[in-house]
Amino acid sequence: MRRPQAGRIVVYVVLGLALIPVLFPVYYAFAGAVMGPGDLATYPPSLVPSALRWENFGDVFASVPLGRFYLNSAVQAGVITLAQVVTSILAAYAFAFLRMPAKAATFGLFLATLMVPWEAIIIPNYLAISDWGLARGGLTYLGLVLPFLASAFGTFLLRQAFLQFPGELRDAAVIDGCGHWRLLWRVIVPLSKPSIAAVGVYVFLSAWNQYFWPLILIRDADYQTLQIGISQLNDAEAAQPGLILAGVALSLLPTLAVVIFGQRYIVRGLTAGALR
Amino acid sequence: MLLLPSVVVFALFIFWPLARTFYLSTHGNDIFGAPSTYVGVDHYTEMLTGEFGKVLGTTALFTLISVLPAVLGALVVVLLLEARLRGVRLLRTAFALPFAFSVATASVVFAVIYNPAIGIANGLLGAIGVDRVNWLTDPSIALPAVGLATVWMNLGYNVLVLSAGVAAIPPEVVEAARLDGATGWRLATGITIPLLSPQLFFLVVVSTIHALQSFGQIHILTKGGPDDATTTLVYSIYEKAFAFGSSDFGGASAQAVVLLVIMLICTAVQFGVLERRVHYR
Repeated sequence: MRRPQAGRIVVYVVLGLALIPVLFPVYYAFAGAVMGPGDLATYPPSLVPSALRWENFGDVFASVPLGRFYLNSAVQAGVITLAQVVTSILAAYAFAFLRMPAKAATFGLFLATLMVPWEAIIIPNYLAISDWGLARGGLTYLGLVLPFLASAFGTFLLRQAFLQFPGELRDAAVIDGCGHWRLLWRVIVPLSKPSIAAVGVYVFLSAWNQYFWPLILIRDADYQTLQIGISQLNDAEAAQPGLILAGVALSLLPTLAVVIFGQRYIVRGLTAGALR
Repeated sequence: MLLLPSVVVFALFIFWPLARTFYLSTHGNDIFGAPSTYVGVDHYTEMLTGEFGKVLGTTALFTLISVLPAVLGALVVVLLLEARLRGVRLLRTAFALPFAFSVATASVVFAVIYNPAIGIANGLLGAIGVDRVNWLTDPSIALPAVGLATVWMNLGYNVLVLSAGVAAIPPEVVEAARLDGATGWRLATGITIPLLSPQLFFLVVVSTIHALQSFGQIHILTKGGPDDATTTLVYSIYEKAFAFGSSDFGGASAQAVVLLVIMLICTAVQFGVLERRVHYR
């Protein structure tokens, strides 16, 4: 407590220095998106755009069907999010409120799914989805989402939230002649909105960012997701970094919005395992 | 039944494939990838060669250099943010910003930055008179370079988790320590870090699991090269099964079993220690 002011300045300086490498790639992704070849494709490259070259954004759409990629990713991530939220709500309700046989064993089974890395079972999944013909044409959407329609993570997080409700609530609802179905959708779900939002945000981000599964599954370029599309843009336009970064900047907008405006829910979802 | 949808999905896309992975790992396959004859443990004995040992070594090294700096860096940042500064929330959001990048978008940005001829990384080095570095094509530098990109991708998540952990520390405890004259370093080592240990442990385990599963950054930045210097276990599985029309699903499945075992050990450690912690309380 001797010289708090001086100490504080040191902390600011250290944090500022640490921020430079953290923020630089973020800055560069957006600054580079409006840089021309004069800034990016010659040595030495510039740190600041010498002129704003907005044409990069138009050129991206000429190089790859970015709009179509956006649509595909929105369908894929949207369906996965909606389905996982619903299946997690149902399963969490069952685990939290219902008496049923082999409940502990079933719960253990859910727990076990968390220990199986997707990469270790991706080959049989790929063979099955391909055999079923779900890697062609419009059916690709089905192949993209089918394996991800349920999650133990969402179930656990929501079960934890549902367990906060007193047991009397269920008894009262039953006495009032309110069935489980109505209790779930009319009382429990509306009161658990923050937890449901946390699951939704988390599931959306991980579905939107998927890489391995869409990479191996999608054969028809019309059904390519945004993530794979951006990496293909990187391969195709290596000589035009401005164009690549413009594509990156455009593809970042949804997740950037989620991180800035949904931070509260992200923290809630991400730390569900870390905090008790 | 309310559990039915989840149970069906898990059975079809987790448990059945899990059994199939073991089945595939003991079978050969034709050029189209369909399983053919039973080959016993051939795929497993194949892995005893030096080549697979190198893959495991690369995986271990990659995990180490991508997990520890990201956890320690986030810890330092979060502790500094504790110094009762103005604008802490803005700073925290700034540090969490990399979290908005997917593995693919972050990797593409780093691919542009690392470009040997025109990339800004070499541009900045050139400005201070350092020779160009072949970030992604020099076998001894490629793995650290991909690791550095991975550290950057994970830092935001780690800052968010540790910030939440700090927020959960009862203010009375910190206040009492401050009244006893603890500030700065003493406060951090005596109070904050011990009380953050559950979150730190969670982060190390989760980051390790995450790093073991890393794929997108390797696929985008180096394709496992140069000279297999960045071929980790998951990338090796991909390469055997899917790259260049390889379709060696048998050999890849045997490696997938190894991945599964490593992952089970990690989760066992996690649950084991968590269990003890709960009892301790």
